[in-house]
Amino acid sequence: MGSVSKIILQRLGLGLVTLFVVSIVIFTAVNLLPGDFAQSILGQGATKDAVEAIRKDLGLDQPFFARYLDWLSGAVRGDLGTSFAAANFSSFVGSDAGSGLGTVAQTIAPRFENTMFLAGVTAMIAVPLAVFLGVLAALYRETIFDRAANIFTLSSISSPEFFLAYVLILVLAVLNPILPSLSNIFDGMSFSERLERTLLPALTLTLIVTAHMMRMTRAAIINLLASPYIEMARLKGISPMRVIVKHALPNALAPIINVIALNLAYLITGVVVVETVFVYPGIGQLFVDSVKLRDIPVVQACCLIFAGAYILLNLAADIMSILSNPRLRHPK
Amino acid sequence: MSGFVTVVLFFVGMAVFAWAFRSVARALKPDEPVFRDMPYATAFGYIFGLVAIMGAIWLYALSRDADPLVANKYFFAGKAMEAFVLFTIAAWLFRVVGRSIGTNGSRKLFRQMPLTASFGILMIILYSIAAIFAGVIAPYGQDEIIQGVAANIVPGGNPAIGGNPEFPLGTDQLGRDLLSRLIYGAQNTVGIAFVTTLLAFFLGGSLGFLAAVLGGWFDQIMSRAVDVLMAIPSLIFALLLMTIAAVWAPRLGIPLTLFMVVIIAVIDSTRVYRLARAVGYNIVVMDYIEAAKLRGEGMGYLIFKEILPNATAPLLAEFGLRFCFVFLTIASLSFLGVGIQPPLADWGTMVRDLAQFINFAAFAPQVAAAPLLAAGAIALLTVAVNFVVDWMLHRSSGLKS
Repeated sequence: MGSVSKIILQRLGLGLVTLFVVSIVIFTAVNLLPGDFAQSILGQGATKDAVEAIRKDLGLDQPFFARYLDWLSGAVRGDLGTSFAAANFSSFVGSDAGSGLGTVAQTIAPRFENTMFLAGVTAMIAVPLAVFLGVLAALYRETIFDRAANIFTLSSISSPEFFLAYVLILVLAVLNPILPSLSNIFDGMSFSERLERTLLPALTLTLIVTAHMMRMTRAAIINLLASPYIEMARLKGISPMRVIVKHALPNALAPIINVIALNLAYLITGVVVVETVFVYPGIGQLFVDSVKLRDIPVVQACCLIFAGAYILLNLAADIMSILSNPRLRHPK
Repeated sequence: MSGFVTVVLFFVGMAVFAWAFRSVARALKPDEPVFRDMPYATAFGYIFGLVAIMGAIWLYALSRDADPLVANKYFFAGKAMEAFVLFTIAAWLFRVVGRSIGTNGSRKLFRQMPLTASFGILMIILYSIAAIFAGVIAPYGQDEIIQGVAANIVPGGNPAIGGNPEFPLGTDQLGRDLLSRLIYGAQNTVGIAFVTTLLAFFLGGSLGFLAAVLGGWFDQIMSRAVDVLMAIPSLIFALLLMTIAAVWAPRLGIPLTLFMVVIIAVIDSTRVYRLARAVGYNIVVMDYIEAAKLRGEGMGYLIFKEILPNATAPLLAEFGLRFCFVFLTIASLSFLGVGIQPPLADWGTMVRDLAQFINFAAFAPQVAAAPLLAAGAIALLTVAVNFVVDWMLHRSSGLKS
């Protein structure tokens, strides 16, 4: 097992380095914005002194590299800075910045929790459904069921998210008022109420990721069906269902786990459009709003979180495929 | 909760019915191998299919028999089914035509084609015609506010419910003809997505082949840079860069759409680079490349005359998928308000502007059709392209079972 843990450590180190470089890219990109926040919050008529005071408070007068180091060292400690928009400027000009409310961590934490909740609900529905349907499609391959499933999944993968979202709103919220079309979630809501309001965005995401995972499950199983040991199992007279579930599925798990991890990464990062349609208070919506307000600390933090989650899940997929396939453990 | 119980009972009923169907068939025809060897799941599948077809017919009847002036809950189900049948017939006819005219090769191609692929090709042709000849087909200009015509004319052209036969798809809040905007949307959205994909392929393809041929430090630096860019989710990165571009564009006097094309092309070229490098790597080790190198051929010759012709098939399939991806990214950006800018008509922006009308579907279904038409136009094209790519991949991989 020594070589395996070494490879995993290597991958982890590589992931950390990637995250570090990504943080440089994000910081540089955000700092390409012309003008700055102090000017835009005070408007054109602001006196030079007031602008300077805010710049000084927010640390915008520091050179680029110093600001980056400051931000990075804070981020490592979990302090992502002060949200410009949430800070109360009238009281804070000339006083100690960051002492009041509105740190980025405080802004992001509940949103992040909501997004994780949405992703969790979606995964709970989508993963079992996708594996089940994938096994069925492999079992009844080249039948009408398989073809219908193929057409349906291809269509739902390739439709834009907002199309699926609006069709679901139309059918399940407007024409048949079963679920609420807006997902306004706030603190102190009971779990069932929260679940009910999350269900429609979760269903939209389910449609997209299930299709992808199901196709991969089907393909992974069918790839194995030509193997001699499957032929042997068939010749023994085992039922087709048992051949697939007992013999083919365990060997097909590696690519399936891989595609599930990739789709979970998509769930955390690709929710921007869905959260916007349903006004779901998650991190994707916060990102779009902050981008419009030019709230630089929040934008940076959101990007970093997205990239971190993405790298982490890709890493997990990578490590799991190495663990499940001995051939990858000893690269030539 | 009672709805849930109904659904469960419904499925139990079907299960019982399927069992009864199989036993009755076996009793009536004991020597028929079809019934004798039929697994239970297949029997259930037959009953399920039968119920689904009957349900569809029933829904369609419901959507037809009501008074057109009264809001009909089944309006959309009816229209969707009409569209489905219409598209199926059109695809079938197209395949029949393709089988009987054209060269030998094309006729053979059409003979082996599944219906989904012929539907895809038909749609791509129709969209291309709409995009190229938008100025000729569209009755009005894309940002023309038609004088003397009310805004918000209801789609459908029925004057009794606020339609106007001159504007079959109605008008938007400003009084612009929606049909014209949809047709121009083909030109803008599809055209821009096509140009972006071409640019991404040019960038990613040439750099990928170059990395494969040169190897060494160039390959290392490019590949690590691509790794970093791919570690940021593409839509997030595009949104971030678009916001920055939105501030810079007016200062530099360059249209924002141009920025968008470049940004998305660069982000997407990373994916193309990966594929081109992998494909190129397999080709570079071939003997004929060695021979060309020994002949003293230049880098341009190696890439364009030796590698590119041998990498066409995987790159072509990738082109279709990339186009879908770029197209969806552009539509999403427009939907979020940072993509293609007005007054250019574009489908993503149209969906965003008209989305609120969906809430009126319960009172006036025709009103809610407008945003769905724009979103449906996007979905239809990407589905069509995906069908064709799926068929191409299936053909080239030789996967049969």
